[in-house]
Amino acid sequence: MQTFLDFISFKDPNVMYVILGMICINSSSALIGTFAFLRKRSLIGDAIAHSLLPGICLGFIAAGDKRMIFLFLGAFLTGWFSTFLVDYIVNRSKIKQDAAIGIVLSSFFALGIVLLTYIQNAGYTNQGGLNGFLFGQAAAINRDEIYLFALILLIILVAILVFYRSFILISFNAEFAQSIGLPVRWIEFLMTSLTVLATASGIQALGVVLMSALIVTPAAAARFWTHKLSRMLVIGVVFSVFSGIVGAYISYTHAATPTGPWVVAVLSVITLLSFTVSTKSGILANFLRARKNKIKILQETILKTIFHYHERRGLAQNLDSVLTPTDLLSVRVYDTYQLQKGIKRLIRLGFLVAKEKGFTLTENGKIEGRRIVRLHRLWEHYLLKRTTIDALHVHSGAEAIEHILSPEIEKELERELGIVGIPTKDF
Amino acid sequence: MGELWIIITASIVALNAAILGCFLLLRKMAMVGDAISHAVLPGIVVAYYLSGDKTSGLLLLGATLTGVLASFAIDFLSRKAKIQGDASIGITYTFLFAVGMIMISTMMNGNTDIDMECVLYGDISLINLDKIVVDGNLYLGPRAFYIEVIALVIIGFSIGFGFKGFKVLSFNEDYAKALGINTNRWHYALMTLVSLTTVFSFEVVGAVLVVGFLIIPPATAQLFSTKLKQMLFWASVFGILAVIIGYYLAVWMNVSITGAMVTVAGIDFFLVLIIQRLVDRKKRSTTFAAPEFITPTPKNSVE
Amino acid sequence: MREACAIEVHNLTTTYGGAPVLWDIDFELPAGHIIGIIGPNGSGKTTLLKTIMGLLPASSGYVKIFDKDLEQIRHKISYVPQRESVDWDFPASVFDIVMMGRYRKNNLFKRTNKTDLEIVLQSIEKVGLTKYKDRQIAQLSGGQQQRVFIARALAQKADIYLMDEPFVGVDAATEHSILKLLKEMRDLGKTVLIIHHDLQTVSDYFDYLVLLNTRLIAKGTPQEVLTEENLTNAYGGQLTLLAKVANLIKVNQFPIREKDVDL
Ligand SMILES: Nc1ncnc2c1ncn2[C@@H]1O[C@H](COP(=O)(O)OP(=O)(O)O)[C@@H](O)[C@H]1O
Ligand SMILES: [Mg+2]
Repeated sequence: MQTFLDFISFKDPNVMYVILGMICINSSSALIGTFAFLRKRSLIGDAIAHSLLPGICLGFIAAGDKRMIFLFLGAFLTGWFSTFLVDYIVNRSKIKQDAAIGIVLSSFFALGIVLLTYIQNAGYTNQGGLNGFLFGQAAAINRDEIYLFALILLIILVAILVFYRSFILISFNAEFAQSIGLPVRWIEFLMTSLTVLATASGIQALGVVLMSALIVTPAAAARFWTHKLSRMLVIGVVFSVFSGIVGAYISYTHAATPTGPWVVAVLSVITLLSFTVSTKSGILANFLRARKNKIKILQETILKTIFHYHERRGLAQNLDSVLTPTDLLSVRVYDTYQLQKGIKRLIRLGFLVAKEKGFTLTENGKIEGRRIVRLHRLWEHYLLKRTTIDALHVHSGAEAIEHILSPEIEKELERELGIVGIPTKDF
Repeated sequence: MGELWIIITASIVALNAAILGCFLLLRKMAMVGDAISHAVLPGIVVAYYLSGDKTSGLLLLGATLTGVLASFAIDFLSRKAKIQGDASIGITYTFLFAVGMIMISTMMNGNTDIDMECVLYGDISLINLDKIVVDGNLYLGPRAFYIEVIALVIIGFSIGFGFKGFKVLSFNEDYAKALGINTNRWHYALMTLVSLTTVFSFEVVGAVLVVGFLIIPPATAQLFSTKLKQMLFWASVFGILAVIIGYYLAVWMNVSITGAMVTVAGIDFFLVLIIQRLVDRKKRSTTFAAPEFITPTPKNSVE
Repeated sequence: MREACAIEVHNLTTTYGGAPVLWDIDFELPAGHIIGIIGPNGSGKTTLLKTIMGLLPASSGYVKIFDKDLEQIRHKISYVPQRESVDWDFPASVFDIVMMGRYRKNNLFKRTNKTDLEIVLQSIEKVGLTKYKDRQIAQLSGGQQQRVFIARALAQKADIYLMDEPFVGVDAATEHSILKLLKEMRDLGKTVLIIHHDLQTVSDYFDYLVLLNTRLIAKGTPQEVLTEENLTNAYGGQLTLLAKVANLIKVNQFPIREKDVDL
């Protein structure tokens, strides 16, 4: 507990720098990464991150020391050049995009290694720590860098606010954006430059390999929770910043371990959890939905069977008989346990009432039973009218569909078929 | 003598990678190769940790499994979780790489066998330190050389034997399936081989740079090859060429050997690309307005 | 007399992410005919061929070929994918691609034998590409590429041919010569199933038609199928309700088949 308090009270100013740095870096990359994700260009971030290394080294060689602005400028240039090369290869040869990314990524990285070893062996003083860029060194973030990272975040925020609609259009359909006269090339150029900025801001903390996780993963995790872009941006940022802080904390308590890998690990776990428990498309949600569907089908089928029972005896008009489960089993095959359960639920919901020797429909139950039979038969008529289907198959073809037809579709069916009331013929 | 061993060993790495890289590229899975090569890190750390010594064969085979697992995970994420392909790749390998790094920092205290930089770009200049010596004086060459030879035998045998299968799989998966071929089995066979190459050459060239050997020479060959065997041949040539030129360049400039090799491979690629475009342009200006690559042929009918 | 049935599709449903793309398709196709599958874009034609070929799993229903399961008779069926589905930059010559028609599950590890070689050369000859047999496939015109596929199918020596839009990107002369070839094959008793989108030519080309739009709209001879009513149903946007229901099913991940157990 004490360590936790120490941690959040920023007793150590370095902790504050790490946290502030993480907030800026992770927000920047999650924001711009969302657009990369939507443009299906997630791995571009990977190419950029690896390509920053030679730029950093060149910046160092040019400046003769580790002045941040030189390193940053060098990184920005090679990072940006790498995306240009990827596009060039894809447009001018038969090499596909992912291979082009691989080519650029590994050649730039190799060049970076060459330069790095050159610097190490050429007797520069003051070069120690340059290889921190390989694996990242969040603890090395200092105050000036925080200002830089905050500035980058600000630029990205402003750009997204100003160009929000263009970004959306281009991310979803670049051809359409072009057709309505948007300067697509320029906006893509802007998006690329912002991606390079965000990547460059995180390279020191995360390193060349892990940096691309901050671009790709938050968007992928956010996607499980919403289909709306604005929410995706916010959720992505929240996930990413949260992972940044947790990662910094774990690294703080386990001093021997670096921050970057923990941040990425936490972020990945969040993604996995999102996939499992998200309310939209998670495994859990799917499971619950399947259960709900099953219960709904069971209840509605029982009501339908009660209607059929009456109809066969010519009692479709009043539906008043008292029934036992055995009566239903004479009309349709059920799993008896399921049937009992369904009847109990229907009684609880007020569609059936228990009687001395069985149960009978309530007014609501009658309405519901008629509605379901009617939907089933409307769908049968629709299929017969619009498609070719054996009269033998049309019944089973419509089975299950009555449970899903919404009131609007019911209206449209009525209009299209010109049928009122319950069609009497069942196929 | 040591020099020669380095060049020979690295050449075999390049050869292995070039052969597999051709199929990866044609299957449009270059970045899956990239992912696998990063994702084997945790497996390798565990292998080193358990053996406490360099490269025990069985443990390396275990590490190979990690790579195959990564390709499973990528498939799973894109199929079951419906995350688009390239994002699945990015998520999977950054996660596994992060896990590997955490393991190194927690499990490997004071163990210098696997230091972080070697992870990225290998230790090729040091392979001669670990020699196989018989009877105390008969020097048979570095251990890494033998490891690569084993990998080469496995890969050569698999690709030679299954050439047709890998070919039809790479050309069109649906067509292969339509012929009744179990494409899943072939796919994972290829992934296993890729994983095996990266694990086996990890010590020599490192996790990131092996990707350079996997992707760049085959891509260079792909630029002009019209037959699969031709592509395999030229990929191997470009790979070995990069090794030789890269080595002497590195020695001359006193820089990382593996880094120089892959840099040379990258330069080769762009040179070939530019030359090819120049040749094309010339062809186009001489043969009247023919579209790129498509030689105009009279639209004659089926005889 | 009833004609032999080449392909029987029974209550076949195929879904993408829960949405039915083919829904309760049910038909039997006579052997020894050229059969057309028609329907608007996105109506599930390609999906139908892929499901028949076992490339996509059916979520219900089954397919029988000459009364057998697919796996028992796969070697008798040849599949020609859509031209765009293939990477034509692949480093392979016409000969290499046609040779793939001789690949089987059980000969992948064997060397090519003489018979295979002869069959391949004959097939290339038949489609008139002998002159181009060593050319890379990217350096062919659209019509020639399509003929490579046909040659590969011929090399497979199958009894049933499933072709996805073989006339797309093909000039009129090639189209006619391909058709002539297909008619020869039919006269040898082969069954040819073709996805086609040009309604102008359907009645000339096909002996039997299947009209699709997610569901089976019509089947039978061209006169039976090409009625005003069927065509409006398939092409006239009359099936919006069907599409809406399919979408509801997807959104709710609804199981679309229930065991039919009414007594
Ligand atoms: N891989 C896929 N994932 C999701 N939906 C698909 C996929 N392939 C096809 N579809 C959808 O299935 C429907 C039928 O596609 P297809 O069979 O290709 O139609 P056709 O060949 O008749 O043009 C289309 O609406 C299409 O959008
Ligand atoms: Mg199609």
